[in-house]
Amino acid sequence: MEQFAPVRRSKDGQPVRYLIVDDSVFARKNLARMIESFGGQVASEAGDGLTAITEYDRTSPDIVLMDITMPQMEGIEAAEKIVQQHPEARIVMVSSVGYQENIVAALQRGARHFVQKPVKPDVLYEVIKYVLGDDAAVTNAAGAGA
Amino acid sequence: MKMELIQPFINAADAVLAQGLQCTTSIANLSMEEEAYRRKGIAALVWLTGDIEGRIILDLDPETAVRVASRMAGGELPESDELVRETVFELANQVIGNAITSLNDQGFHFRVHPPVLHTSEEGSRSSEDTEALVMCFETISGKIFMNIALRYTGRRHPDRAAVAG
Repeated sequence: MEQFAPVRRSKDGQPVRYLIVDDSVFARKNLARMIESFGGQVASEAGDGLTAITEYDRTSPDIVLMDITMPQMEGIEAAEKIVQQHPEARIVMVSSVGYQENIVAALQRGARHFVQKPVKPDVLYEVIKYVLGDDAAVTNAAGAGA
Repeated sequence: MKMELIQPFINAADAVLAQGLQCTTSIANLSMEEEAYRRKGIAALVWLTGDIEGRIILDLDPETAVRVASRMAGGELPESDELVRETVFELANQVIGNAITSLNDQGFHFRVHPPVLHTSEEGSRSSEDTEALVMCFETISGKIFMNIALRYTGRRHPDRAAVAG
């Protein structure tokens, strides 16, 4: 997989920590590989919206990558509940269902961005930099710090 | 079956496979079938209900599924039943998700049910108004079959009826 200039947290130069939420193990593994190629770290994974809420509380990730269609609790509802408890949460919806109603509903309920599957690594990389804003710094080599 | 219902699925499959496998794809076979569906390998079956009703089956043999998963993951993956099933389901989700995005933007509303494993050797026989279109996509990883049987239900919202004619 293509390697990207590592994106680190500005405040301490540490890798950005991600929570990956998707009911497909295969999709989670693919996203985890992309995150590693961005110099990030998987803080936790969840297979449904309910688990995502508890994993967010437990791990306080810098970014959540959230699928929409999942069992038990769908991604948009889970995003809303996380943002109600943690207004600073940065949630990027990642779904193959990208019609306008879904995107608008997700953004209205607290998501920061939307990426359609199949995920292009370069698109996700740019979205992550955009969503993190000044809280992220792109380093020119692994381990170079902020 | 109307071409306007089918084309989004062909476009979505082409886009998802081309991007996921980093290759060009071609449709090797395309046929209309009223006979019962005979699966080729591991098949994911997805039902749609709403303005459009019917089902889509994505079907590939286990060896092809492992090659597809390995290419999408960027490295060789060991064969397992779970990997094969996950790969077929994820492909089905992505193809159908992209297709319904296009159909929804044209004004159709419907519910997509989660994929289920199609385990029987034969599917139900198609009826006159839901005859199935069977496509075979040739990819670098092998053949991938898609079987679509959809029909309008006439429940479409009147203010959107002009969008797709």
